[in-house]
Amino acid sequence: MAQISGKKPKNLKKTFKSLLSYMGRHKLLLLLVAVLVTISAGANLLGTYMLKPLINLYIVPGDAKGLIFGVLATASIYLAGVLSSYGYTQTMVKAAQKIIYDIRRDLFQVMQQLPLSYFDTHSRGDMMSRFTNDVDTISDAMNNSFAMIIQSFIQIVGTLTLLFILNWRLSFLVVLGYLAMFAYIRYSGNRSTFYFNRQQKYLGDLNGYIEEMIQGQKVVKVFRHEEASLETFRQKNRLLREAGTQAVGYSGTMIPMVVSISYINYAVVAILGALMAIRGLTDVGSLASYLVFVRQAALPINQFTQQSNFMLAALAGAERIFDLMEEPPELDEGKIRLVNARRTEQGLEKASERTGCWAWENPADNSLTLLQGDVRFHNVTFGYLPEKDILKEISLYAKPGQKIAFVGSTGAGKTTIINLVNRFYEIKDGTITYDGIDIRTIEKASLRRSLAVVLQDTHLFSGTIADNIRFGKLDATDEEIRQAARLANADSFIRRLPLGYDTMVTGDGKNLSQGQRQLLAIARAAVADPPVLILDEATSSIDTRTESLIEKGMDRLMEGRTVFVIAHRLSTVRNSNAILVLDHGKVIERGNHDDLIAQKGVYYQLYHGMFELS
Amino acid sequence: MNDLKRVFSFIKPFRKEFLAAVIFVMAETGFELVIPLLMADIIDTGIPSRDIRYILQLGIQMSILAVLSLVTGLLYARYAAKTAMGYGAAVREAEFAKIQSYSFSNLDHFSTSSLITRLTTDITVMQNALTGGLRPMIRGPFMLVMGIFLAFLMNRKLALVFIVCTPLLGIILALIVRKVAPLYSRQQNCMDHLNRVVQENITAIRAIKAFVRGEREEERFQEANETLMDTSRTTFHYAVLNVPSFQLTMYTSIVLILWFGGNFIQAGSMKVGELTGFLSYVMQIINSLMMISNVFLMLTRSLASARRICEVFDEKPALSSPEHPTGTIRDGSIDFDHVSFKYHQNAKEYTMRDISLHIPSGSTVGIIGGTGSSKSTLVQLIPRLYDVTEGSVRVGGSDVRECPLHQLRDQVAIVLQKNVLFSGTIRENLQWGNASASDEELWEACRMACAHEFVSSFPDGLDTMLEEGGGNLSGGQRQRLCIARTLLKKPKVLIFDDSTSAVDTATEGKIRQALLALPETTKLIIAQRITSVMHADQIIILEDGRIHALGDHPSLLASDPVYQEIYASQMKGGMEDGAN
Repeated sequence: MAQISGKKPKNLKKTFKSLLSYMGRHKLLLLLVAVLVTISAGANLLGTYMLKPLINLYIVPGDAKGLIFGVLATASIYLAGVLSSYGYTQTMVKAAQKIIYDIRRDLFQVMQQLPLSYFDTHSRGDMMSRFTNDVDTISDAMNNSFAMIIQSFIQIVGTLTLLFILNWRLSFLVVLGYLAMFAYIRYSGNRSTFYFNRQQKYLGDLNGYIEEMIQGQKVVKVFRHEEASLETFRQKNRLLREAGTQAVGYSGTMIPMVVSISYINYAVVAILGALMAIRGLTDVGSLASYLVFVRQAALPINQFTQQSNFMLAALAGAERIFDLMEEPPELDEGKIRLVNARRTEQGLEKASERTGCWAWENPADNSLTLLQGDVRFHNVTFGYLPEKDILKEISLYAKPGQKIAFVGSTGAGKTTIINLVNRFYEIKDGTITYDGIDIRTIEKASLRRSLAVVLQDTHLFSGTIADNIRFGKLDATDEEIRQAARLANADSFIRRLPLGYDTMVTGDGKNLSQGQRQLLAIARAAVADPPVLILDEATSSIDTRTESLIEKGMDRLMEGRTVFVIAHRLSTVRNSNAILVLDHGKVIERGNHDDLIAQKGVYYQLYHGMFELS
Repeated sequence: MNDLKRVFSFIKPFRKEFLAAVIFVMAETGFELVIPLLMADIIDTGIPSRDIRYILQLGIQMSILAVLSLVTGLLYARYAAKTAMGYGAAVREAEFAKIQSYSFSNLDHFSTSSLITRLTTDITVMQNALTGGLRPMIRGPFMLVMGIFLAFLMNRKLALVFIVCTPLLGIILALIVRKVAPLYSRQQNCMDHLNRVVQENITAIRAIKAFVRGEREEERFQEANETLMDTSRTTFHYAVLNVPSFQLTMYTSIVLILWFGGNFIQAGSMKVGELTGFLSYVMQIINSLMMISNVFLMLTRSLASARRICEVFDEKPALSSPEHPTGTIRDGSIDFDHVSFKYHQNAKEYTMRDISLHIPSGSTVGIIGGTGSSKSTLVQLIPRLYDVTEGSVRVGGSDVRECPLHQLRDQVAIVLQKNVLFSGTIRENLQWGNASASDEELWEACRMACAHEFVSSFPDGLDTMLEEGGGNLSGGQRQRLCIARTLLKKPKVLIFDDSTSAVDTATEGKIRQALLALPETTKLIIAQRITSVMHADQIIILEDGRIHALGDHPSLLASDPVYQEIYASQMKGGMEDGAN
């Protein structure tokens, strides 16, 4: 099929170079492929060429022995062709799959290390499509196009050479025919791209509609909107059908056109050739093999053009992949590491086993600082976009073991503060210190290991319930997992599941309620047993009664730790050591519950439901 | 294969186009096949007899055939496109229409994303199978038969070569297809697995970074990546065998033809031109076999899509409007009579058990209860979004199963917990409730739902465009528009399923006040906040699918421990005065 995609890479040379560097790791295999493809194509050409000596030297003069020799020679040429075809196809499969494997691995690794800001500004679908569509097109091109392009190129050149050797006069005519064919393919390819792009647009439109409607299907039912949405669907479907019919119809004309041009070319050459044979300008044997070549040549030309288009599409995919790979990874220049420690009489001492006591180790002087969970913001300014500050010169502190709560409306900057403690984003101005150490000098993995977060949206991974809790601490024992689950009050519902802790979680935990998932997330944080705990709307989907049930567990979890809490429900934050009311990126009130209620400020109003929190 | 047949049966309305395409491609192929015959004639008769006229004649005939094959080829392209695109559109529409007939339990059965894939990617795959497969599927067998037939016509003895070689290749290709088909689906599974890992990684990137689990994720990915590579290698190892086998058969045929043909010529029973003509059939015949095997491979790859599409068609709508409705909805009274319910027929536990209650027309009922106490389930039985497993639900005196579904759902309006606004203007969204509502009615509904203030603050008012899902509104604003949309239905029963959770209590109170202006309408309110329901005529407390207690605020507060507990947990410290 002449499916021509409209995608072309912007910077062909650079992309090609990057792709070559991947292919370069398999230089020898690819070289072998190239050699074998050449032999295979050459054998094909030579075998066809053998027709001439066979007819002229042996068959026509009646040389029986010669015929045996000639046929055997042809057979061995062909055998070499078949063997090298086998060789190159198998080698190519090996090399191609390894190349794709390498690309996938690197792509995933790079994606892992991208800063969160990249994920915020790029759609998931877009990132997914690098792994699916883009890698697939490269894979297809590697599997087919690479060898085919070499093959058809050799065939074109070889055929033309042989044609000129056999009969140079006729060959000018043949070349003219080929040029016409080539020109037509180019022209029609461009037209076809136009039609396909239009079809693509309508397809995108329809698929967008489908997505929106299916997502809201229950609403459709409730409003009995089925007929109306089917009507809109029909309209969009019809537009797509019309555009598609034009696109496919047009691209379908390409093959018959090319084939007919080649036939007409063939007929003209046959007539002229016959006339020349009559005049004695050529012999019958040459003409016979000549005509076979003329027919054969149409195929590689068509193939070459088609495969080059596939190759271009693959390069466009490769470009998107390499663009992603060039994105700068998350900054991680800090050197200070988190280590297990033990208190001795001389002070702190590094320990190799888990002690429950942690320290920061500065590799510059091997000094140890006890991890306490003292977090401070000094005049921190930050914005997700450079031109818009979300936090403006914020200063705040959380002393070891304190529970600090943030309240404020959407966009006030609550989650942002938490994101900064984790160093998910780089601050614009100011400093954040952790036990007196600038967090930028702490190795990121260590920093994050010292903090456990329970996020509002709990994402579960495919695996068992136990695996999902173990996510918090990979070497946790089954008993530790159970304990954590009990602490989060998740144990009872887990045990009621068909396979208990071994129940498989499917499709991001669709078989669990939002509340149950949050309990699992709390268990996950509990098993991690971190010095600092961050709860971002951790109980928003748990009803107030269950919340009061897990309150004790939560209290135990929070005991002795520095805790940052964001909660929509103000009853959750009442017992905090300090409540910070945020508004438009500034701390407008700070104090404990009673102080703030007494102040009769914003917190007081929020608490009495005079403000909308969302 | 049955699934494929079923999905392809949607071609029926395009029978004419399909037939035309088949005829034209056969004609095209026929013309192409005759050309080598004429060619042989030129070499064998034209050249030896030095008859220029004859040669010219044949040449012109060849050109005419070429033009004819072009014309039929173009006509084929046109009808094939019509068939394939019409077919794709037909399947897509039938599938979409089928989904429209789904009830809630059917929708629960499929995940949203899987339904979307079934309507988009899977249909595209099937359509491509037709666009790509139609031509070779017709041409292949036709060329094969015609090629062998003509070869026999030309030289019976020499044609025996094909009788040996073609079945041989046929068997090899069939073996490859049989071997590769299951491998393709295995490879697809590996691919799905890998994509799932990536998908999970992208969605949960925050958790992964926060718990420093990047390395573990990389390991997981590498595992999937390696399995995929290994499976792909095995799959393609067999799949690419068709290239050398194709060449082997073709070359063997050529060599045999040269050998026997050469001998025949030397013996004087054959001419040189025949030999060259014969050789050009080799390509045609062998090629046609390749085409057929490629079509089979393509079909096996589309098998999974066909199966997924058929699953959508096979799903039986769990409930439908009664054929002879006998019930009418007289007023807004609701009765539950020993109602039990479970989501799946074969689920062990009932989600809801033995619920009986009476709600008088026009009253206000609050429903509270913990997560999983089946509050939503209870109210969704009223507009018959699900059917009860045991017992019966009556609205306005009639069993909901005996009322015409459209009447029932018009009279019982529900604001769902997971509510959705659609891309389009605010007006278009509101008109879902009442397509013919005047501006005045729209504004009135907005006023009742406390949405008029922010809607009128937009420069375009009701004509403000909403992004998909109402992304440019706050959660509370979205909820209020959803309420307004439902109010426009002017129903006898109004149900709010936790639909003011993002609205502040003061505004919520205003909405409650506005609803008092509808004394005829029965109002059911599910809420987390006790302040949302404490003014109701009666409050139902659900626990584990049963009615734990029922009564009004003062009586529950006086007697029920659970209610007291909830009340205490929410009212700690001074909330009471705020709520009143």
